Amino acid sequence: MNKDYSFWKLFTQGLNKHQGWQPAWKSVAPKSSYDVVIIGAGGHGLATAYYLAKEHGVKNIAVVEKGYLGGGNTARNTTIVRSNYLWDEAALLYEHSLKLWEGLTEDINFNVMFSQRGVFNLGHTLQDMRDIERRVNANNLNGIDALALTAEEVKQRIPLINTSKNTRFPIMGASFQPRAGVARHDAVAWGFARAASHYGVDIIENCEVTAMDIENDTIKGLQTSRGYIKTAKVGCVAAGHSSVMARAAGIRMPIESHPLQAFVSESLKPCLDTVVMSNAVHGYVSQSDKGELVIGAGIDHYTSYTQRGSPHIIEHTAAAIIELFPMFSRVRMNRQWGGIVDTTPDACPIISKTKVKGLYFNCGWGTGGFKATPGSGNVFAHTIAHDAPHPLNVAFSLDRFHTGHLIDEHGAAGVAH
Amino acid sequence: MFVIRCPHCCEDREEEEFSYGGEAFIARPTEPESQTDETWGDYLFMKKNPKGWHWEMWGHSTGCRKFFVVKRNTANHAIDGVWSLAEGKKAYETEVKA
Ligand SMILES: [Zn+2]
Repeated sequence: MNKDYSFWKLFTQGLNKHQGWQPAWKSVAPKSSYDVVIIGAGGHGLATAYYLAKEHGVKNIAVVEKGYLGGGNTARNTTIVRSNYLWDEAALLYEHSLKLWEGLTEDINFNVMFSQRGVFNLGHTLQDMRDIERRVNANNLNGIDALALTAEEVKQRIPLINTSKNTRFPIMGASFQPRAGVARHDAVAWGFARAASHYGVDIIENCEVTAMDIENDTIKGLQTSRGYIKTAKVGCVAAGHSSVMARAAGIRMPIESHPLQAFVSESLKPCLDTVVMSNAVHGYVSQSDKGELVIGAGIDHYTSYTQRGSPHIIEHTAAAIIELFPMFSRVRMNRQWGGIVDTTPDACPIISKTKVKGLYFNCGWGTGGFKATPGSGNVFAHTIAHDAPHPLNVAFSLDRFHTGHLIDEHGAAGVAH
Repeated sequence: MFVIRCPHCCEDREEEEFSYGGEAFIARPTEPESQTDETWGDYLFMKKNPKGWHWEMWGHSTGCRKFFVVKRNTANHAIDGVWSLAEGKKAYETEVKA
């Protein structure tokens, strides 16, 4: 692809008062037919289109988006990237993704600001610590970097954290993945959009799919708010709205959509150079390059499509963060928002063919989809191009809910459900 | 944050007093021995998860501790009605038939 973002380009454009930059991607009107249409221009959908074009040589791809590019959960997450999952199937999928993250900025010639600052998962009970030992060992056996740390070692690495015994849930230790970290969420959508656009992928915003044209259990096209689009293959990556899309195709999904909230503080001087997560007290925090504390809460327990959550959920999370970091008690919060996450019964995604020929679903990422963005797109592109799953997503088929081969990742999935 | 009326206590109370019981009226298959894996999987895991009106159960967990039925709109959190489980089932079946 055209690697036209470079230091040299920045320098020469600077001489020209930066007047010569071209739009990073083309926003176009839909053509009447495509070989593959991806529903949803979030990170996962755009990554799918990119890898379809780059690795599988598919021409004539469209990504349709009912809102604007990267305006859903891609813009609403807390940007944590890690791969320390318990079970082989999940760990290998997320590790595949983490490896792609490590080369992503060079690959798509767009700075996604991937920062491997490490992630701590705190333990507060003896059972937490046993689970951490088990997960760290499982990770190591899968070739994934992970360490089990004592409370003293956690304190050494994160001086501001409160490891005193005088708290409601004292910190007993943590698991630590050094290669984990954070990335710039918007840059991931913009970077994949630009890279896909370079390969000729049409990115069509404000284009809502209203119906699916299915004949004899085969997809024929999509009815959209911007006209009919004929296509033989559709990849649906609609996150919280996956159930709505599945219903349009007559498919039942084991998915429930819940609000998940996050909030950021005013900007502070650098004080936290890693990511801290705690399932037991229910909060996670990192500091962005702008200096804001980025804090994630838990899900609301009822189903909802409102992209907002209840105040008592963030109150609970703020209390948890203050117990971990008493210093943050006077920090003012700037913004709060909610996204709609598509949760599954086993806290693992569905990357699968369906009973409708030519219709594929990539959904159910729940509270932890951002970290999987490149890996998810990569294996989903393979699934669509070959009409068969990539070895890494065989286990994530929709029929596991009929065979009973669930992959129970509730323990490692980050946000307790 | 929204307010729910408990049909047992007959009082409007804040959402925090209640616990969510999920989709209502998921019928357990009759004759379990002769069901296919597909029927069981559907019964155990598949959800309607509509964007719009949803028939669901809530428990008044910090009040009377009884379960009841709510018809709530998942797109805007509007509540159309609350019923006891038995009355809710009747209302639901009337709506499905209509
Ligand atoms: Zn009551």
